[in-house]
Amino acid sequence: MGRYVVRRLLQMIPVFIGTTFLIFVMVYAVGDPVNAMFGERAPDPATAEQLREEFNLDKPIWQQYVLYMGNIFTGDFGNAFNGQPVTELMATAFPITIRLAALAIVFEILVGITLGVLTGLRRGRPIDSGVLMLTLVVISVPTFVTGSLAQYLLGVKWGWISPAVSPAAPLRELLLPGLVLALVSLAYVTRLTRTSIAENARADYVRTAVAKGLSRRRVTVRHLLRNSLIPVVTFLGTDVGNLMAGALVTERIFNIHGVGFQLWQGIVRQNSPTVVGFVTVLVIVFLLANLLVDLLYAVLDPRIRYA
Amino acid sequence: MSLLEVRDLFVEFRTRDGVARAVNGVSYTVEAGETLAVLGESGSGKSVTAQAVMGILDMPPGRITGGEILFQGRDLLSLPEEERRRIRGSKMAMIFQDALSSLNPVLTVGFQLAEMFRVHQGLGRKEARARAVELMERVRIPAARQRVGDFPHQFSGGMRQRIMIAMALALEPDLIIADEPTTALDVTVQAQVMELLAELQREFTMGLILITHDLGVVADVADKIAVMYAGRIVETAPVKELYQAPAHPYTKGLLDSIPRLDQKGQQLNVIRGMPPSLLDIPPGCAYNPRCPMARAVCRTDEPPLYEVSAQRRSACHFWREMFDGR
Ligand SMILES: Nc1ncnc2c1ncn2[C@@H]1O[C@H](COP(=O)(O)OP(=O)(O)O)[C@@H](O)[C@H]1O
Ligand code: SF4
Ligand SMILES: [Mg+2]
Repeated sequence: MGRYVVRRLLQMIPVFIGTTFLIFVMVYAVGDPVNAMFGERAPDPATAEQLREEFNLDKPIWQQYVLYMGNIFTGDFGNAFNGQPVTELMATAFPITIRLAALAIVFEILVGITLGVLTGLRRGRPIDSGVLMLTLVVISVPTFVTGSLAQYLLGVKWGWISPAVSPAAPLRELLLPGLVLALVSLAYVTRLTRTSIAENARADYVRTAVAKGLSRRRVTVRHLLRNSLIPVVTFLGTDVGNLMAGALVTERIFNIHGVGFQLWQGIVRQNSPTVVGFVTVLVIVFLLANLLVDLLYAVLDPRIRYA
Repeated sequence: MSLLEVRDLFVEFRTRDGVARAVNGVSYTVEAGETLAVLGESGSGKSVTAQAVMGILDMPPGRITGGEILFQGRDLLSLPEEERRRIRGSKMAMIFQDALSSLNPVLTVGFQLAEMFRVHQGLGRKEARARAVELMERVRIPAARQRVGDFPHQFSGGMRQRIMIAMALALEPDLIIADEPTTALDVTVQAQVMELLAELQREFTMGLILITHDLGVVADVADKIAVMYAGRIVETAPVKELYQAPAHPYTKGLLDSIPRLDQKGQQLNVIRGMPPSLLDIPPGCAYNPRCPMARAVCRTDEPPLYEVSAQRRSACHFWREMFDGR
């Protein structure tokens, strides 16, 4: 197990370098960040030159990348061009997005798995067909549309919630955005659980459990559900990364000042250190989440051995 | 009063292709301590009958359309589900063919064994675990104490089937149904597992229904035999009598198809043709398209279960000729 983890961590290094270098090149190749800082006005050539030197922009791109990475590992993500350290932006943005994503995962687990079990056990009945249709709708309508619609109806028209989330983003205000963020994945979790339950319900070991004289409830929870959730947990794990990315849209709709918001700001303002810094951390989160899923998989399914 | 009496049982499955009549009027009895072997080609309704007795039929698509199942004098089919659940596992238990797929892959064997005591007797975690170890020792699993926390896939096929047997024996039921308990095993361990089962059955004086299509196994352990074909019992008899003189052409066909040492190298007499589709069982005697003795009446009249002797029945119009022809 320990050796497996080490090997996996080592394998992450090239993936990490590849993805971050790509994003680095993309961000720095698009336009001139120094010009962008001055907006409409053309910068004074001497000042521009000085800035380029300060931000290492006069060096070849690979060298810039190496210098940047070196700084990151000392905890220095550089400053945004307005002088604010990127780490400061992260310190406010990440807790908010993590809260939002955690809320979304909770929705996926509670609602998605419950619906999946109910429909999986009642395949072909009205409740099954109804939920199945609903998931199809949810999956095919873009999050931006469902999110804006929910915001308009609940926030503006009926006034049940405040349409925009305040800067501190308390949990209560994040409920609706969290649900919106979860929606598509929730539909997938429902379908995945349903298929898995229906498949396992016919398994021999379920028949054995019934023959043992266990109650219906115990057969379902202890035997059927325990096995059926293996693929679902895997999905939920890989979804952590997706949720972080999906937050880009949701945070914009509800004006939440999280990772997505900062990334968006960084992109439209061509604020390269912000964009690269945030994406780098996201890549790390994504890679670690994937490793965690693989380890969890071994815990859930004892037949899997890691060497 | 018999331990188990199945009376005129009918089971059908509604499938997309039509109604499969899997069990068509099966009757048999098992006394305490007695072993009944149920024989027949695959698809003849052996398992479905057993599942109806256990109350674990897939319903739907399955449906019991007639008959009674009397267990210790009570008609199981008219009991409420909660009462049937309490009987399952404690008063009657079942051993399945494929222990690997029949045991839960993600739970330890200790947990699965202990579950019997926890659910039916309300024992605590620790005590139930101790009983699980005892059970594993009882079915002679080496190093039971160390292996109680292992998962099913960590055991060999023979050991896994022993665990299934242990699970069935846990609450010392009065009836055990073993559905082809050795078919999935290596030939070398088949005999050991069968011996263990027979030994434990004697020890606890349980009734045993042994479903198999292996006539070799039957001769050693069974008291009587029921031969099934297309969802019906075509012959029942005490083991010795049936082997000496079958009273039904299908039974004779089965016996002739056993490989014998003294006929090494000779062509086996395999029954020609295939069992009928249960969606469309031929009229008259269901066996008539394959039967070497079939005559006109066989294609029109369904033979009843004739009384051959006090303990023997045969569903063949010409059972007498079976004896005369010898
Ligand atoms: N779950 C099921 N769904 C549909 N048909 C079934 C089911 N179980 C059994 N059957 C039908 O019942 C027939 C007899 O099955 P079974 O009792 O398992 O035969 P066997 O004598 O080999 O044990 C099968 O051929 C099949 O047509
Ligand atoms: S009734 Fe006729 S077809 Fe059926 S087993 Fe007897 S002889 Fe053969
Ligand atoms: Mg069978």
